[in-house]
Amino acid sequence: MLVLGKENSQLQQQPLRSDCSQEEYKKQLAENLLRDANIFQKKSRILAFKSKPPPPPEGFERESRLLYSENTAPGASKPRRMFRQIPQAPERTLDAPEILDDYYLNLLDWGTNNILAVALGHTVYLWNATTGGIEELMQVSEDDGPVTSVSWAPDGKHISVGLNNADVQLWDAFSLRQVRSLKAHTARVGSLAWNGPILSTGGRDNVIFNHDVRIREHVTGKMAAHQQEVCGLKWSPSGQQLASGGNDNLLYVWDAAAAASRGNSTYLHRLDEHQAAVKALAWCPFQSNLLASGGGTADRCIKFWNTHTGACIQSVDTASQVCALQWSKHERELLSSHGFSQNQLILWKYPSMVKMAELTGHTSRVLHMAQSPDGYTVASAAGDETLRFWQVFGTPDTTKATAVRTKASSSALNSRCIR
Amino acid sequence: MGTGQQAATRDVITLKGSSSIVGEFFSYAVNSILFQRGLYPSEQFDRVKKYGLTMLVSHEDKVKGYISAVTSQIADWLQTGKVQRVVMVISSLATKEVLERWNFLIETDREATETGATKEKSDKEIMQEIQAIMRQITSSVTFLPHLEESCSFELLVYTDTDLEAPTSWEESDPRLIKKAQEVKLRSLNTKIHKIDSLVAYKVDDDSNV
Repeated sequence: MLVLGKENSQLQQQPLRSDCSQEEYKKQLAENLLRDANIFQKKSRILAFKSKPPPPPEGFERESRLLYSENTAPGASKPRRMFRQIPQAPERTLDAPEILDDYYLNLLDWGTNNILAVALGHTVYLWNATTGGIEELMQVSEDDGPVTSVSWAPDGKHISVGLNNADVQLWDAFSLRQVRSLKAHTARVGSLAWNGPILSTGGRDNVIFNHDVRIREHVTGKMAAHQQEVCGLKWSPSGQQLASGGNDNLLYVWDAAAAASRGNSTYLHRLDEHQAAVKALAWCPFQSNLLASGGGTADRCIKFWNTHTGACIQSVDTASQVCALQWSKHERELLSSHGFSQNQLILWKYPSMVKMAELTGHTSRVLHMAQSPDGYTVASAAGDETLRFWQVFGTPDTTKATAVRTKASSSALNSRCIR
Repeated sequence: MGTGQQAATRDVITLKGSSSIVGEFFSYAVNSILFQRGLYPSEQFDRVKKYGLTMLVSHEDKVKGYISAVTSQIADWLQTGKVQRVVMVISSLATKEVLERWNFLIETDREATETGATKEKSDKEIMQEIQAIMRQITSSVTFLPHLEESCSFELLVYTDTDLEAPTSWEESDPRLIKKAQEVKLRSLNTKIHKIDSLVAYKVDDDSNV
């Protein structure tokens, strides 16, 4: 009956003479039991220091909210998960004659200036989504072309164009003039990715170069690890990591600091789980260090990675070649585009990976996808020579008025300190 | 314990020493959480080397003052063996709703408080345990929901009912989270004080499980 042997023996030595002592005994017993009882069953008082810590400075919080939120009262209950109507038909279809049906190229990009750039054969066209007007940016000769990649610079004024002759040209989209030519590759440049003033280029020569477009000696880094053409290249939103996918079925994650060194850089992670070329890459906007990648025909999987540890968090078999991936900026959703046999776009809920919608229409594999700056529309380009616009991520009214999950400041904080 | 004084003194833990180590641990842990959860701007933090890591510590006077006043009081109280837990509460500035609770449960060795007995544990081991917890705090950002609004924090100390508290301290309610998800973190054991940590956070209504 008694709790501990030690206690037992102590108490037994106490003479039990009268009722009084018995009460004493019971009290002692109770005390002993209490003392050795589980700490959490103990009674406790909760103390707080009277003088409280200061609140965060005014400007601090408001800054990030201004960028991303829409008049949300703090702590206001988020509207219940509304089922929003996702139009099954594209809101617009444009002709894209001569668009190359080559899986390894990246011929579509939507700039922050709301202008969509698309490379059709040897010409790059700019479609102004605001006005609906089309303009020809540039055309290359038979020998130099075709154009193998296009990518808008973050400033929305300049655009980089990769060519079949291994050249990378930098154009001013307003004056329609070429500003620079970046020579470094020895084979066609199929992938481009910007990180501030740094342009990363991936080529069929299996190498990735980092160029600082502001300086004369523009090559600031070289990453040679892929064994075959580099077809996917994406910088993380924080600008700390670069993901590259190749025809060698490998996915590499590179650290920004390492990639800035002049010599040959070493990678952070080498991920070899895909069974086919890795072209589709997309960094999650609401969770830092989360990368989604898609595999080609023999693989058909979308895999999610923690780029801090290199672990594969999830893998989903989509039953079709994955050509491109786009995360929603407004909801926890991912859009993937596919090839044979349905040539569809699939909208997934994350992280459950439940299919929310399947958009068909294209009659050939949907090779490229680009998202509007407001994050509501996705443009898809396919080998069927059409460009379709899908209102897949909602409209400004149906979207929840909450701040975007990842704020620039927070992701910078996280990536600086995570070990 | 042994005859070799030099080696022995390094590994001997006294009640006072342990209380000081734990108090200091709380101070760095709280600073780290403030930085990682983005409660204050990163410019307010300095980098210092501690526990073999680069720790971020706030240099803002009021924040620094609060943390130091509370943790030094906790270190004093730890010597009495009457501290049961330390909780860091993170709540919305505007609505006061509690969004996160970092719990540090404390068990104090009876023998040490009652008889002043010392224990043995290498500094190195203790530092490694603290290092592991700090790393976990840092990587907790990968699963903790993003704190969208301005938040304030507070430190609560659960003590025995018979602990004397100075007038600068007041009674508080536990400030619990209504619907919480908990994640247990690693523990720290100085042989005199055992600290179990866990973080509880408000379950997001529309997150998929």
